[in-house]
Amino acid sequence: MSATVTAEQVEARVLEALVTFGADADVVSRDATWEQLEVDSLDLVELAQVVEDEYSVEITSQDMQHLLTVGHVVDMVVERAA
Amino acid sequence: MVTREGCAIVTGGSRGIGAATARALAADGWPVAIVYRADADAAQATCDAIAAAGGRAWPIQADVSDATAADAIFEAAEAELGPALVLVNNAGVRADGLAPQLSDDDWATVIDTNLTAAFRLTRRALKPMLRARFGRIVNVASIVGLQANPGQSNYAAAKAGLVGMTKTVAAEVARRNITVNAVAPGFIATDMTEGLLEAMAERIPVRRAGTPEEVAACIRFLVSEEASYVTGATLVVDGGLTA
Repeated sequence: MSATVTAEQVEARVLEALVTFGADADVVSRDATWEQLEVDSLDLVELAQVVEDEYSVEITSQDMQHLLTVGHVVDMVVERAA
Repeated sequence: MVTREGCAIVTGGSRGIGAATARALAADGWPVAIVYRADADAAQATCDAIAAAGGRAWPIQADVSDATAADAIFEAAEAELGPALVLVNNAGVRADGLAPQLSDDDWATVIDTNLTAAFRLTRRALKPMLRARFGRIVNVASIVGLQANPGQSNYAAAKAGLVGMTKTVAAEVARRNITVNAVAPGFIATDMTEGLLEAMAERIPVRRAGTPEEVAACIRFLVSEEASYVTGATLVVDGGLTA
């Protein structure tokens, strides 16, 4: 699976997940912060579950502290799935 | 009977409070995975009783103190019965002794099975519950977690730990329509309390031991839609013993 992971795919999937968690689709973008999206810590845990289930990439609670935007998550997933 | 979109998992479900809880949840329409460690005949008998009453149950053999058990239990339950939306952490063991004589093994065994396993199962249960935006977790604690009982420092630590874990996890997931509660039974007539009850009865205000069904009724309530605003609570079921 990891051979086919592209940044575009991951970004699309992460954005989709955030919208299902309740983020405003008009505000969701690669550069958006969690505060702008009104995404809370539990949403991020769910996002980590989606990423783990679909890309076999584990994002720990320590990692979370450094992931401040959608783009940070996308970059980490792509890097670790490679 | 109400048709449910998911299932309930009850650990220690072959006998006692666990079996009574499995029957009560099945009567409320939940397909129930009955997790048992050793007594396959008792687990099957509970499943058969549920089936005879028009419900659905599935036995799963596992030792919850095994670190890999949680995933195996959930995968087996979900393959057979659908996403797990109810978890009752009931499996428990005793290894009594006064503190000066309590071995490391006796301490670890009780903490592993009664507390650590409940945490691992709770952590695993939250995956489908967060996705479903619904969940009910009930931890079977004990009045021994609330009040001293000489000879059970390991059991007391595990059960008090369950009460603390219940409160904190409840607060973490409350906004997702997931409730986490505990029941704290007093002296209940089960295999685990055999031989202890006669000496205790006169200290209990209702003058008798409780029944597994009386505890199961409280768990059934905490799992119900009617209990949607009850979370982080410990419901004492002890005939007034700690009142």
